Order: sequence, then structure tokens, then C-alpha cells
Amino acid sequence: MAGNSNFQSNNKVVNWIEERMPIFSLIDGSLGASYPAPKNLNYWWNFGSLAGLALVIQIVTGIVLVMHYTPNTELAFDSVEHIMRDVNYGWLLRYVHANGASMFFIVVYIHIFRGLYFGSYKAPRELLWILGVVILILMMATAFMGYVLPWGQMSFWGAKVITNLFSAVPVVGDSLVQWLWGGFAVDNPTLQRFFSLHYLLPFVIAGVVILHIWALHKHGSNNPLGIDVKSPQDTVGFHPYYTAKDLFGIGVFILVFAYFVFFNPNYLGHADNYIPANPLLTPASIVPEWYFLPFYAILRSITFSISIPFTDIVLIDAKLLGVLAMFGSLAVLIALPWLDRSPVRSSRFRPMYRWFFWILVIDSFILGYVGAQKPEGIMPTLGLIGTAYYFFHFLVLLPFIMPKYEKDTKLPESISNPVIK
Amino acid sequence: MKKFFMKTLASAATSFAVVLGLSVSVFAADAEKAPKEVNWSFSGFFGTYDRAALQRGFQVYEEVCAACHGIRYIAFRNLTEIGFSEEEAKAIAEKYETVSPQYYWEDTEDFDGNPAKAKVYPVVTAGLSDKFPAKQFETEAQIRDGNGGALPPDLSLITKARHHGPDYVYSLLTGYEDAPSGMEMVPGMSYNPYFGGSQIAMANPLFEDQVEYADGTKATADQMAKDVVTFLMWAAEPKLEERHQMGYKVMIFMLVFTILMYFSNRRVWADVKKKKD
Repeated sequence: MAGNSNFQSNNKVVNWIEERMPIFSLIDGSLGASYPAPKNLNYWWNFGSLAGLALVIQIVTGIVLVMHYTPNTELAFDSVEHIMRDVNYGWLLRYVHANGASMFFIVVYIHIFRGLYFGSYKAPRELLWILGVVILILMMATAFMGYVLPWGQMSFWGAKVITNLFSAVPVVGDSLVQWLWGGFAVDNPTLQRFFSLHYLLPFVIAGVVILHIWALHKHGSNNPLGIDVKSPQDTVGFHPYYTAKDLFGIGVFILVFAYFVFFNPNYLGHADNYIPANPLLTPASIVPEWYFLPFYAILRSITFSISIPFTDIVLIDAKLLGVLAMFGSLAVLIALPWLDRSPVRSSRFRPMYRWFFWILVIDSFILGYVGAQKPEGIMPTLGLIGTAYYFFHFLVLLPFIMPKYEKDTKLPESISNPVIK
Repeated sequence: MKKFFMKTLASAATSFAVVLGLSVSVFAADAEKAPKEVNWSFSGFFGTYDRAALQRGFQVYEEVCAACHGIRYIAFRNLTEIGFSEEEAKAIAEKYETVSPQYYWEDTEDFDGNPAKAKVYPVVTAGLSDKFPAKQFETEAQIRDGNGGALPPDLSLITKARHHGPDYVYSLLTGYEDAPSGMEMVPGMSYNPYFGGSQIAMANPLFEDQVEYADGTKATADQMAKDVVTFLMWAAEPKLEERHQMGYKVMIFMLVFTILMYFSNRRVWADVKKKKD
């Protein structure tokens, strides 16, 4: 990162520091004019910096909220209302933090689908991609535990449903769940450990983000053509070209963000979470936040067990299978760089893959829709088909079917000469 | 480039809309009758609370709802935010008794008959800094006992704790009907199609001229329902006006910022784009 910087300064103080700790050349080489970026990046490449901004917003608002929040089952709900009513700008902090989680996920999901479309996970960026999936998993854990903290009805019952998943683990399942709870029910020890971890994990995410950016800077950004940078003509300095472009993206992002915070702050949340947690009263339907809905649909889609035919011996019961499918849906993303055999990165030159990409996008929306509905009527079948297609895409289509039928396409000569000969 | 950007924006907007549509459907799961839609003073970008409706709504709350329902997150001092003067708010507070947070020690005896001290929280007249006292002198069991087994919920957050909050509460208050013939009602329950299960323990609470409005407004059941919902929306979301006001300042600022960034970005890229052509 710092190695490619030709940073120079006339300022004596700057030079004194740079001589002892080359932080200025590090910044210059990472975000400055000395970091070459492909000159053809489109607006889909804005979402990386937006994700970084969303993380910073969550950490800053979260730290201030903690100054007023009380992680105790008797006091948590009241302390949130205290923030909303009595703390100066407390309502702003909480609405930014609550909607910020949704904004973070929107941005990250777009960032991920951009990577899928343009083949950003392919060599030499496999580790970069895997670190990204690790960030996603950490985000999901953090968001889940954060949602428990206000100790409303959906907090409590969401925590109960999700922690109960671990009881599906053979043999040690029940012990594992008790260990997670810190007792025999979701109660004060659960809330306090979730609070502790909800504070810790964002900093772990920040650490992995640094690794993610480090890995990115080794080979630089992929680009819409998916071909390697061949000469300096193909690139521009990150600053001012992409700093300017990212600032515009940030403006649009904050406009959308501000609409929700100021004019529709509870739209993405669930009304039941304004009812204090009641362990004796189950809500009519337990629905996770929108960003978990596709995964929730995969979890619930498996309603059959795998057993040895003609016997009563159950090898994997439905609950465990559902849990495995849910975690498997993330695991296939980790394996993706090796499941997709095509050496061509960008979908622009993979007409067949492009179709399947969009079908996968639609499939994800269908799963999200199913996850929001009660498991009645056509929904379980739709969820099962959606889940089956998701795994078919990654485990059959990409590694086995596409290589047989996909024709070689010609790639452009270079980014600065994007003509296919 | 421009074309692609527009295309990009359009598809981003579409996917966003789908995500939103999705979360709407999350809320539409229950089987009870969809609430009536009311055009509230506080809805929309420029929504503010109708001050007169707030005060009338408080009167309805105090004279009708408060018999069973608390608003435990509201302090008497908060009443100055809906147009009461400090003296008026104080006078309202003094009608209530509350348990003092300050205790004193009283001489008593322990189990062995030895002299001991006991902490006593006296019941005192409420003041501006006190919250509306919940039914704290009764236990949940006592409350349920007095209400046919039902527990009247605290109303501080009711308009946010139900789907379509204000519309729902209004529809519920004005939605009492005779039970359809053939429907077997549990004794003591009332028929209300807006309530999940259609049988509600709360009897129809609002009748014409039940309260006498100081401002001369005719106290129809519909008028009282609208007023009390406005008051309860304020109780749940007291910072709504502050939020809207800050909101359009932020939106205008960010709009100008974003337009400037758009043009500065184009300017920065001008030389690169020119070379390309």
C-alpha cells in the first residue's frame, strides 16, 4: 500500500513524522493520487465506500447510545424510551442507529451482488471476497444481537427463535443453547452478553474491513470489463477521481438515509418491538428484520427429515437440515471462487451467466417475500423451490452445467481500448 | 455514461422499491379488518400536531381512558409541550398521587422483635417532574380482576406498537358494532372487527357528549376518537415536530451538497472523459 506512494511534502512537521512513521505515504497510497484505480468503474463501485461510511455511522451513534442505555431486562425498554424522550437528540441517535442497520445491509447487499455480476470474487481476489463474506456474517450476528437490546416483544421472541436453532445440533444441542443463554431461558444473562458482544463485534468488523481493504489494494479494484489493468493509461489516481465520485454517492446515500430517519423512522421496524418483552405472550407472528428474510425463508423451507428408506431411522431431522441450509447458503458464497470455473470475470462477456445472475437476484427477492409471510398455502412450496434453486445455482449450475455450454467470448484488449477485435 | 447512470439509478430505485414492498407485506399478515385511513395533522413531510386537538385529546384521555389505562412514560412537565402553561400542568399534577422516589427510615421491629429500621417510600402529591402514575397501587392480578381478566395496556406507545398505529386506534375506538348473528360472544366481551379475533374486553368507550370541550367543539364520538389519537400519537412520538423540522433542513442541505458534488465530480472527470472520445 505505502510502497507505491511517491508522497512528497514541503512541510517540515509532515516530513518529520513521515520519516519516523510513514503514515502520510500510507494514506496517499491507499486513498490518494498514488493509488491507481481502473478508470472505468461505474456507480456500482460506490457501494464499498458507502458500506464503510455506514459502519462508521453505526459505531459513532452506538457509542453515544451506550452512554444512556441500560442492559438489564427490567430497565432496558425504559432506558430506550428515556433516550427517545429525555436525552438531547436521543431520538435522532436512536433512529439513525436503527435505520442505519437497514441502510448498512442495503448497501452491503448491493455491494455483494455487484461482486457477483462483475466476477469480483475470481482470482486473484478470492481472499478479498472471502473476507467480505466474513464481514457479512459478522454483520448478521451484530445486527441480530443489537435488535435484542431494546427488549421489546420482537427482541425477546427473535432471540428465543434464533438461539433455539442451536438446539438442532446433535447430542450437545440443548447444552449449547443453555450455554448461549447463560441459564434456562432467554433472560437477563442473555441480554447482558448480547450487549457485550454487540459492542465488541463492530470493532471486529472494522478489523476485518482493514484486511478487506488491504487485500483489495494488493491487486486493486476489479472493473466492469473484468479485465486486468494493463498500463497506466487504464487507471486514474484514486484521488481526486474516485474521492469526488464517492462524495457524490455519499450525498445520494445520506438523502435516502435521512428520508427514513426524519420522515419514516419506524417503517423498516416492527410495531411489536414497542411492546415491552413478555415471556408469557407469544406475538401473532415472529418476523425478523427485512435483511434476514431470505435466510429465514431458507431456514423454514426444510420441513422434511432425511432418513434411511423403509426404516424409522432419522439421519438428519428437519430442524437441523433447515439450520444447515441456512448456514450453507453463506458457506457456498465462501466456496464461490472455486465453484465458478469460468476465467472470464465480467457478466458483460458472459451472456449466459448474466441470465442466471438475474434469476438468482429474483430468487433472492422471492425468498425474502416468502420469509415475510406466514408458512401457509403456497408459501412453504415456494420457499422450498427458492431454496432449491439457490443451491442449484451455486452447486450445480456454476461448476457443472455452465462450463459445458458456455461459449468462449472475446475480451477487450484493454480498459483504455475497450474494443473487441 | 449518462445513459448508464440513469439506467443504474432506475434499477437501484426498482430494487429499493421491491425491498420496501416486501417490508410492507410483512405488516399485512393479520386477518382483522384493515383500519380506516384518516388524514392526520401529524402525517406527511410537514406534519405537526394540531394543538387544540392535543389538548382536547388529553381531556378525553383524562376523563375517559385514564380510568383503566396509564401513560407511564409521560411526565406532567411534558404537558407544557402541548400548550398548557406551567401553572396549568402543575394544577393537573396535583390531582394525582404518586410514590415518592425519596424514602425515609421508620422505626420498626425485625422478626425477632428487635428494633430495626424500614425504608418507607411515602405517597405524595405529584409534581411537574413526576410521570403519570401507573396503576402502581395495584398488582397485575388486581387489575385483571377488575377488568374481566383483561389487562388494559399502557397507552404511552400504543400508536407505535400497533400496525398502522393511529389509524388502527381510531378505527378500534369507532369500530364497535353489534356482533353478527350466529357469532357466539364470550360473556362480557364486545364485538369489534378491527381487533384481532373480533372480541375485545374493552366496552365501547366513547359516547356523544361524554366530555364537554372547553373550546366549544362538539364532542361526537368520532371527534373524541380523533382528538385522543392525536394526543396518543404525541405521547408516543413527542419529538415528531422537531424531527420533521430538522428533516427538511437536512434534506435541503444534502440536496444542495449532492448537486454540488455531482457537478464537481463531472468537472474532475472532464479531462479523462475527453481523452476517451
